[in-house]
Amino acid sequence: MQLLYLLIEIIVKCVVVFAGLMIVVAYLTWFERKVLGHIQIRFGPNRCGPFGLLQPFSDAVKAFFKEDLVPERSDKVVFVMAPMISIIAAISIFAVIPFGNQFTIPGTEWVVKLRLADIDVGLLYIFGVASLGEFGIVLGGWSSGNKYGLTGSLRAAAQMISYEVALGITVVGVLILSQTLRLTEIVRLQEGGFWNWNIWYQPVAFVLYLICGLAEINRTPFDMPEAEAELACGFNIEYSSMKFALFFMAEYAHMVTMGALAVTLFLGGWQPIIPQLSFIPGIVWFCAKLFIFLFFFVWQRGTYPRLRYDQIMKFGWKILIPLALINLLITALIVSLKG
Amino acid sequence: MAENIGTIFQWLIFLGMAFLSVLASFLVITRKNPIHSALFLVLTLLSVAVLYLLLYSQFIAIIQVVVYAGAIVMLIVFVIMLLDLEVELRSKLKIVYSKVIGGFLAILFLFGILYAVVAKSPTGKVGPYTPDKVSTNVKAVGEVLFTQYLFPFEIISILLVAAIIGAVILSKKRT
Repeated sequence: MQLLYLLIEIIVKCVVVFAGLMIVVAYLTWFERKVLGHIQIRFGPNRCGPFGLLQPFSDAVKAFFKEDLVPERSDKVVFVMAPMISIIAAISIFAVIPFGNQFTIPGTEWVVKLRLADIDVGLLYIFGVASLGEFGIVLGGWSSGNKYGLTGSLRAAAQMISYEVALGITVVGVLILSQTLRLTEIVRLQEGGFWNWNIWYQPVAFVLYLICGLAEINRTPFDMPEAEAELACGFNIEYSSMKFALFFMAEYAHMVTMGALAVTLFLGGWQPIIPQLSFIPGIVWFCAKLFIFLFFFVWQRGTYPRLRYDQIMKFGWKILIPLALINLLITALIVSLKG
Repeated sequence: MAENIGTIFQWLIFLGMAFLSVLASFLVITRKNPIHSALFLVLTLLSVAVLYLLLYSQFIAIIQVVVYAGAIVMLIVFVIMLLDLEVELRSKLKIVYSKVIGGFLAILFLFGILYAVVAKSPTGKVGPYTPDKVSTNVKAVGEVLFTQYLFPFEIISILLVAAIIGAVILSKKRT
């Protein structure tokens, strides 16, 4: 019976997290357009429903009913597989994100932990699955048999490999402080008010994480793989209908994950700002902090222009990686001196 | 009862993944298109990662995914994409000698593995680091790596640095 309850709990959690993530992704697209619109002094979507709130659904319906083209010159199997790889990886990363502490179901003694999997190598799992997700973008561009697509995916591969190195080294600083790869442990060590959050101990790592994270999810200053102006949309140029929508959803889901990981590593996860406010459930704090990052991701898209490709590579290898290494060395030195 | 189900599940997963890895690695060497080969290589590496999980080595499994399936195969794909694949397909290059030599080496390697598994039992005596200890704690892996196996670890680092410097020199030469 215990086993059955456990199974039910796992399935319910999976469904809830999946549905929640999809809703967040859908409304993130709406939110982005709305904020970008106001930044550029226009309204953004306002036709479908009040404040354009039904826009994501109308987009979904439109994408669903569009003609699904597979180019003649494409590698058909890989072409169909690429968006699937992208979306599967983007969703399954979310399995290890702890979005709240635990609570007891009223009337029973059944404790529900607000995370899908609490594995010992949670942080490495995120990096592993994210690096698998990159295959989606790279293969998508290659398999479409289009020169713009190929250029986009070449840029994606080079850029992601470079920035993944810097991102990995950056995160090691936090690891040295918390001495664990388990995300719930990392959150628990930041307990007791905002002055205990890792952002104060690792400010350089925080800034580097945001920059590398933007490059990892191909957001605007680093959106080389799909630079509209020069590559006509890059890796997804030949994609239409739901396949394009899957790429789009994967990008936004990845963005949510990057934000959630930043909250977990640097802003104390589900912990409240000050201990006195702990009557507000952890999941509310988590979502509020996540919202800050999502707003930042959208805001900076409306602010910064796109960099040039060689500038991006130079910036990654000659500035970000040395900075991350110096940060790592100083952190290690201080931690070992303190004993 | 529950334990029995667990063992059966472990066996099923092991058999499935072992079969999948053998099949995928066979497909790696038989595909004409190198990108397809690289993708099947990813599949092989992933199924081997699951085998590591069955051996309670979470850390090794996830490192396998990050380093091999993620980074290295990505580099392989990156290089292949820069090549013109159709020239290779059109040229109909006959490779006879390399097939013979390669087959011979493969059979030799197979016998080597068989000898290692059958004649010399791979299980030694139980050390202080039991599977349970290593599986729940990445620290244990780090401790062993930086104390007992420090020398091999450093040797590998020197090899890698040498390889990086060699690659840089080779690529600088041309320009």
